[in-house]
Amino acid sequence: MGEVTVPIGPQHPALKEPESFDITLEGERVVRMVAKMGYNHRGIEKACEQRTYIQCLYLIERICGICSHSHSTAFVQCVEEVAGLQVPKRAVYIRTLIGELERIHSHLLWLGVAGHEIGFDTLLMYTWRDRETVLDLLAMLTGNRVNYGINTIGGVRRDVTAEQVAEIRKGVALLEERTKYYQQVAIEEATLAKRLGGVGSLSHEDAVRLGAIGPTGRASQVDRDVRRDDPYAAYGEMSFQVVTDTHCDVYGRTLVRVGELIESCKIIRQVLDNLPQGPITVRAPRRIPVGEAVIRYEAPRGEDVHYLRGNGTDKPERMKVRAPTLANVQAVAKMLEGNYLADVPLVIAAIDPCFSCTDRMIVARDAGGRKTGVMDWKSLRDYSVDWYKKNRGLDCSRIKLRA
Amino acid sequence: MSNEEEIQQQLIRQFPATEGKFRIQRARRIWVEVPADMLLQFIQYAKDELKFIEFCIITGLDEGENLGVLYHVAQSYTGIMLNIKISVPKTNPVVPTITHLFPAADLPEREIEDLFGAKVDGLAPGRRYPLPDNWPQDEHPLLKDWKPKATAASTEAQNG
Repeated sequence: MGEVTVPIGPQHPALKEPESFDITLEGERVVRMVAKMGYNHRGIEKACEQRTYIQCLYLIERICGICSHSHSTAFVQCVEEVAGLQVPKRAVYIRTLIGELERIHSHLLWLGVAGHEIGFDTLLMYTWRDRETVLDLLAMLTGNRVNYGINTIGGVRRDVTAEQVAEIRKGVALLEERTKYYQQVAIEEATLAKRLGGVGSLSHEDAVRLGAIGPTGRASQVDRDVRRDDPYAAYGEMSFQVVTDTHCDVYGRTLVRVGELIESCKIIRQVLDNLPQGPITVRAPRRIPVGEAVIRYEAPRGEDVHYLRGNGTDKPERMKVRAPTLANVQAVAKMLEGNYLADVPLVIAAIDPCFSCTDRMIVARDAGGRKTGVMDWKSLRDYSVDWYKKNRGLDCSRIKLRA
Repeated sequence: MSNEEEIQQQLIRQFPATEGKFRIQRARRIWVEVPADMLLQFIQYAKDELKFIEFCIITGLDEGENLGVLYHVAQSYTGIMLNIKISVPKTNPVVPTITHLFPAADLPEREIEDLFGAKVDGLAPGRRYPLPDNWPQDEHPLLKDWKPKATAASTEAQNG
């Protein structure tokens, strides 16, 4: 049978972001895949060279809508190392806390997407409902569901109160209970094991050779996690397991992520138990001295690498960012070989390529368009309940969002 | 002696020309400058003998007359990162490929070709990254003297 090349992307319903894949098929089977990346290149590294460090921080937070805290933490750690700042302990604990909440939100999102890709939309509905819990916690702590803006050079911008700690404990207990249920589903539910098993296989040797990282690598027994190997923030003082798996396929990647959810809950509880007292920020200079630093950060998808070179001014000389998806693209090409064309979206989604995630609007205008005001979460919810009652005839007021 | 210092000593013994070019900035971070023609042997030795098997990234640097290229590799478990820097003149910015050692270096090498105008010797033919296919071959946006050209759209965005 002759080979046929099917172009997928840059715009395609199966892709959440523009990327282009030329997939060569023999019958229904993939022979090879060639990726063309760069459609989302926004020149952020160049833009950083023309902005002050504080402006860069906000720009870098917007590299990704899901792992925004990962990028901003990696960046501030670079700046702090070059400037020689000693960040207060309470601040690094808060960074760790937000980082793990972010991992929970990202992994639950992925679990839902994976469910959706295999037509198991019940899983999508369940996980995304539970994800609201963690997004609410993040909104309570930082004021935002994504792009938290909690980091600043020399510390964090918002403190955590005792009431918030109690709320987080409640939320995390619920999330842990739900995650244990998903773990049970993943192990016992035949749909998942049958549909995900053997799809997108990546042997341990290939994973090491091609440099697969994050849950993608760990599902192929690559025992690699920067939180343990190259600890930053408060991870040096936390005890947790690096979850690995031997399945080497999409099923293994699912088990790794579910396992990591449990570990994240453990880390969050340790952070809350040991949260030190004290200031949350130190004064940072506007001009950052000459010097360079490189930081690795374990984002939900794998390690982020940030390199910064300062030149004594208030703008960086060079800022370099490597996001985990870039390191996993070659592994995807390998995983697809021999798979069915119909599995392509699932295999690509299984490395959890970075999707854009929009923020929620909380500034409302009145009918005249003049008056603006900020709605809090409760009034926004009441507003949506009202809206559905009036416009759709649905009474959502009895739906409980948090158990 | 810490692990980092031992690694430094071992590399100096193997490559005497790198003596005095090392800097241990903090725990787990070793920085070194090596002559460009020594790069391949150096990385190969670091990978095979010192187990720097994790490839992180390649960073390009515009340093005026020269083009700096930083190779970041790391050890598993210890988390020690070795940051190897070479410098090549911009008039002849040829660097060797390391894709035979680290296949994952493919895209980062295309990136320094596109954004800094480096020529990577031995890189397999393939599509460019990350600039679009119709981007001019002689424009490299991360060079300091490159400025974005005003287009009709950018002028309109700025001036309304």
